[in-house]
Amino acid sequence: MTAAAHFDYLLRLGDTSLILGQRLAEWVGHAPALEEDLGLANVSLDLLGQARLLLTYAGEIEGKGRTEDDLAYLRDGPEFRNLALVEQPNGDFGRTIVRQCLLDGFQLELYGALSGSADTRLAEIAAKALKETRYHFRYSAGWLVRLGDGTDESHRRVQRALDELWRYTDELFTADAVDKEMASQGIAPVLADLRPKWSRQMDDVLAQATLKRPADASFKWHGKRGEHTEPLGYLLAEMQFLQRTYPGARW
Amino acid sequence: MSAGLATSTRSIEREIWGLLERVPDPEIPVLNIVDLGIVRGVHADPAGQVEVQITPTYSACPATEVIRASVRQALDRGGFHEAIVREALSPAWTSDWITDRGREKLRQFGIAPPEKGVGNVRQLFSTRPVACPRCNSTTTERISEFGSTPCKAHYRCQACLEPFDHFKCL
Repeated sequence: MTAAAHFDYLLRLGDTSLILGQRLAEWVGHAPALEEDLGLANVSLDLLGQARLLLTYAGEIEGKGRTEDDLAYLRDGPEFRNLALVEQPNGDFGRTIVRQCLLDGFQLELYGALSGSADTRLAEIAAKALKETRYHFRYSAGWLVRLGDGTDESHRRVQRALDELWRYTDELFTADAVDKEMASQGIAPVLADLRPKWSRQMDDVLAQATLKRPADASFKWHGKRGEHTEPLGYLLAEMQFLQRTYPGARW
Repeated sequence: MSAGLATSTRSIEREIWGLLERVPDPEIPVLNIVDLGIVRGVHADPAGQVEVQITPTYSACPATEVIRASVRQALDRGGFHEAIVREALSPAWTSDWITDRGREKLRQFGIAPPEKGVGNVRQLFSTRPVACPRCNSTTTERISEFGSTPCKAHYRCQACLEPFDHFKCL
């Protein structure tokens, strides 16, 4: 049970980084300006690096010989454990920034807490990821302020994206049996403890961005339990196509 | 252990540090990997076993695999065929580990070196001024938090009007 929960927990972390990294990679060659193309690609690359470390470790904990690639390319939707927020489509640049800012603020608290995990290997990965996340958050929060406090058009677009995406944030802090078991062993933080800090940080950014914080809403997706929204399937179809069609293909 | 053995392991370690100082960073070749601070340890034991420990700058830095291969090659050329190259994540690399010599090399190459001391995470928009590596003016502006490699940000000097890279503080 414990090893199974440990495996599941590592998948949640690794899949969240992997799926968001894949989403951001969709921007490459399409961003509004070259600087943002590079910026989004850099964040994507960091997330991919974190996903590799986490999924490799998850495979070792599972003990069935699955590698990072097996886990990334050969699982189906219901086996993915990422937060539903990160699989949401990019939309326009503003929507991508809103999604990123909500998640960056969360990862900042999460990796900060995981840096002190009783699982030393996870603590090492988290300490590394935390440094990278600081830059991600500066980037996404910086853009959210510019867009929110920008033109009427940019304000309207990011406010709408915020209203649409906010409902997915409840999952970030809602603990289930796996989260609780990890917390009881000192491997993971108590998720509810992260919420006040995240909430204050978001209020601060939203105030600077002149955006209105949406009301909290209940949610019906549990990405971390494998209950996903429809867009994940399309993302996986593209991400996994090569390994599914040409099994074992290598560079 | 005799004093003689201790001396010889130390001299082997010195020799290996010397070999590693000739391994360039693949993306910023003016810097060697010792200047960059990613060689975390070199250990030789009296039995002749040698271990080199390196750490990545960023989780996904694409240069890491090239660096590992270059370290391997350098050790082979030095005759240390059995040496072990180990990658360690902890403690996590910080730009504070770039040597003073490395910082000067970066500046001469046209990359503004990172400031020492990692800034406050929650301090969102105030960053310390970055001096232009060409004219040394601090009237510079950040164009983008991210540049041509994960470790660099993109700046512009408002005095001499040249764009430049800034090696990020991490």
